[in-house]
Amino acid sequence: MRYSALRILKEGLTGNRGWEPVWREPEPRPEYDIVIIGGGGHGLSTAYYLAKEFGERNVAVLEKGWLGSGNVGRNTTIIRSNYLLEGNQPFYEFSLKLWEGLEQDFNYNAMVSQRGILNLCHSDPQRDAFVRRANAMRLSGADAMVLGPDEIRKMCPYLDHENARFPITGALWQPRGGTVRHDAVAWGYARGADKRGVDIIQNCEVTGFDIKNGRCLGVETAKGPIKARKVAMCAAGSSSRVAAFASMRLPIESHVLQAFVSEGLKPVLPGVITFGAGHFYVSQSDKGGLVFGGDIDGYNSYAQRGNLPVVEDVCEGGMAIMPMIGRARLLRMWGGVMDMSMDGSPFIDKTHVEGLYLNAGWCYGGFKATPASGYCYAHLLATDQPHETARFFRLDRFRQGAMIDEKGVGAQPNLH
Amino acid sequence: MIINHPLLGPRDAAEFVVLGDACLIDRPDGMNAASEEMHDYAYVRDNPAGEHRELWYHEQGDRSWLVVTRSTLTHDVIKVELARDVARARGRSR
Repeated sequence: MRYSALRILKEGLTGNRGWEPVWREPEPRPEYDIVIIGGGGHGLSTAYYLAKEFGERNVAVLEKGWLGSGNVGRNTTIIRSNYLLEGNQPFYEFSLKLWEGLEQDFNYNAMVSQRGILNLCHSDPQRDAFVRRANAMRLSGADAMVLGPDEIRKMCPYLDHENARFPITGALWQPRGGTVRHDAVAWGYARGADKRGVDIIQNCEVTGFDIKNGRCLGVETAKGPIKARKVAMCAAGSSSRVAAFASMRLPIESHVLQAFVSEGLKPVLPGVITFGAGHFYVSQSDKGGLVFGGDIDGYNSYAQRGNLPVVEDVCEGGMAIMPMIGRARLLRMWGGVMDMSMDGSPFIDKTHVEGLYLNAGWCYGGFKATPASGYCYAHLLATDQPHETARFFRLDRFRQGAMIDEKGVGAQPNLH
Repeated sequence: MIINHPLLGPRDAAEFVVLGDACLIDRPDGMNAASEEMHDYAYVRDNPAGEHRELWYHEQGDRSWLVVTRSTLTHDVIKVELARDVARARGRSR
């Protein structure tokens, strides 16, 4: 069924009796060409692009819980392509371009809203770094501008511009950045993949691999063994646990990142704003809540909840840059478990086991990467060659000395 | 989380910074180790779901290093030792 304004009108006039479930709930078949472990944003987009762009329709997505129960429904919904390094920026720009055409592409309203992202800076060296970053962004074909204090004051009069310690000296402004309704991304990709024949199997936890003579022949699951020509790990947050079934140890620690939303307010924030002196980022959802976050808690965690010191730290960051936020009440907070990698960048690569592939290590950047991650992973699975924009995301890059360390803090996952 | 410091008693976790897995105590000899061994030491982690031994530094306190055994599933702190004692028991200290 194709969604359109005409369809809504027709269903409205006929008692809404024609709507169908958005995806099937099939039982797993004994064998597939490709089995994807993890029905989050990246797993579903991988399945979607495999079916749509690469003609692979004999595909299953296995999800431990329900669709969207992981990080795709727990992030702060920001999309952007404002990276510096050659290994990252072309990939994220590819992703942003896919976001721009996504709703037409999968015929689902994901509420992609390019309302702009404003990264504030508070010193001259920081401004110099943003000028350099803006140049790197423009070289990749992205849009970027460096704004001065007067322009920022006009755009956001409510910020603490004259703060004695952290005055706002400028900002990196990417008008094409913005926000997306994250649940709808999972649903849209699931619907698009299902329509093209992909089996999406929920409540089906993977419990092991069938590996013989260095070749992966399938997976063990809660619903019995499933054979597969290729097995694709895509279990962000739990990547180490899944890889451990294949006796792999990854350059990843699992950490919890909290996010927050205030009560609904009238429109106050035009786009996404980030504080450059602390760690705080905020946008306003279409329901009116201020959606914001900051640092990870800092210790290894698989619990989808964090602790209070970080709540205080994030709210202090908010008060420092945007004092008016103190008048809003916090409505909800939650945590998501993320793969923090050793250089802050992800992996889309083959493993040492033939037929076993890895997509992991997304740190903070997972949500905005959803379309490109799926596209590039599908490219790798279908052709056994890395996609041009993801060719630096190799699992052995620490051995080669080819880290993609955007922040420059070294092999310390909780600092990325 | 409350860290039951062996010398100072119960302290708020916010006083500490976390370095990571306590396996970092067992640093290979950089002059002799194979590059594979150094790679694994520096970049690869077990990252278990469950009991995890990790190095915590009491930055806002007495600046001692602790080995905290903690559940990564529940955040329960199971055991706290001075890293010094752990390292000595493993023959890491002179």
